[in-house]
Amino acid sequence: MNDLRDLYQEVILDHNKRPRNFRVLPQPTHHADGVNPLCGDRVSVFLDIEEGVIRDISFQGAGCAISSASASLMTEALKGKPVNEIEHLFEAFHTVVTSNAECPKGLGKLSVLAGVRDYPSRVKCATLAWHAVRAALEQHKQPVATE
Amino acid sequence: MSALPAFTNAPAENTELDLTGIRADFPILRQRIHGKPLVYLDNAASVQKPKVVIDAISECYSSYYANIHRGVHLLSERSTMAYERTREKVRAFLNAASIQEIIFTRGTTESINLVASSFGGSTVKAGDEIVITGMEHHSNIVPWQLLCERTGAILKPAPFTDAGELILEEYERLLNSGRVKLAAFVHISNALGTINPVKTMVDLARARGIPTLIDGAQSVAHLTVDVRDLDCDFYAFSGHKIYGPSGVGVLYGKQSLLEAMPPYQGGGDMISLVTFEKTEYADLPNKFEAGTPNIAGVIGLGAALDWLSALGLDTVAAHERLLLDYATAQLLEIPGLSIMGTAQQKAALVAFTLQGIHPHDIGTILDREGVAIRAGHHCAQPVMQRYGVPATARASFAVYNTRDEVDALVKALWKVKELFA
Repeated sequence: MNDLRDLYQEVILDHNKRPRNFRVLPQPTHHADGVNPLCGDRVSVFLDIEEGVIRDISFQGAGCAISSASASLMTEALKGKPVNEIEHLFEAFHTVVTSNAECPKGLGKLSVLAGVRDYPSRVKCATLAWHAVRAALEQHKQPVATE
Repeated sequence: MSALPAFTNAPAENTELDLTGIRADFPILRQRIHGKPLVYLDNAASVQKPKVVIDAISECYSSYYANIHRGVHLLSERSTMAYERTREKVRAFLNAASIQEIIFTRGTTESINLVASSFGGSTVKAGDEIVITGMEHHSNIVPWQLLCERTGAILKPAPFTDAGELILEEYERLLNSGRVKLAAFVHISNALGTINPVKTMVDLARARGIPTLIDGAQSVAHLTVDVRDLDCDFYAFSGHKIYGPSGVGVLYGKQSLLEAMPPYQGGGDMISLVTFEKTEYADLPNKFEAGTPNIAGVIGLGAALDWLSALGLDTVAAHERLLLDYATAQLLEIPGLSIMGTAQQKAALVAFTLQGIHPHDIGTILDREGVAIRAGHHCAQPVMQRYGVPATARASFAVYNTRDEVDALVKALWKVKELFA
């Protein structure tokens, strides 16, 4: 079961069991829903952005361990970050979960999701919350899909 | 596994089918997945193919392939004969009255779309109603929704119980509105395994003069279907779920209805005379088979029906019943496991959830143990909504599955629990 442990690392199992920032922000400046049409999973993200900085970020939804943990870890990683760093971080994260390239620096805990790269069908689970954040910044009215 | 010979006529109960010969017919089952023997339990999504089907397709392409219904040369004649022989096989398999009632399509989805477009488009008007059930696959929901959007008709789903059984009284009540133009319902639910009382459902509709369509995608490989006994107006199924290739399917329709219906698609092979002023359509069944069909696929479907008929659907059903009972009992031993769909009349599939563990994670972990199942909404999102779950895991069985494979599934599920403990 060693290779499965590469995917389901303790940090991931922990964030799945006790997701951080798992709540609705009462008055978010930005909000969007993400759906994964493949499995019907849904995630809602809420952001409170002030002067170009993410003051608060949260999520809600039902998903697999990978998508829940990824959303939870993402909120931790993005809180307090300038908005203009999101895209760079997302690109680095996307590289980690889709290619065999060496882990880009500065990803911190997000790199625990690197195991996803060996499970192509699960990449969308890992990126769902990120797609929702990008949609929220673009103020999408319709839920964004991973497909 | 007992060593009784295959194809025995002995009473099904307590008799185990000798699966060695059957499994040997399926080349794909011999492989290992992630180093473990493949345990293929995703048969409701698509079933694997016996070698005779693979060979029939290969033989068509390597020895007698040509376009059908138009060449005067030998290869075209041979291809046409093989293609049309399958039509007769399908007729016999469904006990239809005539080969003119057998239309080849791309699959169940296209068969239903054909009826929605042609029959629905010519008979359904604003304010009319289409009755379905709450346990339909998206393929028996969306074509009717599209029709309703076009015409202003209304879709009426009949509800089902917590066990997954249709509430017949509610179905009957929906039929009583006087505005129902068609009742379209699933024979066996792919998400729950429920075998619907389709004969009764057809009778109730017929008593009110309402035509019926049955979605047989999940049923034809598991139980005997006799369209004349059912007296349904349309019956749809797919090749790939009955040991045949994907990309080919069947629509059975009563001749009188099919004759009255306008063509579905226009093109070659469905006409008798074309001028720029007017086109005369071909007779049945060609009227509904525009364009060059999936010739080798249809021929492969014929081989699949031969294979299944030789085995016998009663034998299949008895074996799958044993598997279902065994799997149900074994799975319920796992703490936190709930089965969705516990109808009295049930096909050999088990949809389940594990408390606190998402079906996708179950699917991934099982895959590493060589066990292939489906995890998701099974193209039946209204069913998921009915139970308030985003998704389920589903193990679905075919005649080649064994008790040992059920054990492998259960063992792998314990690993899931261990990992998520």
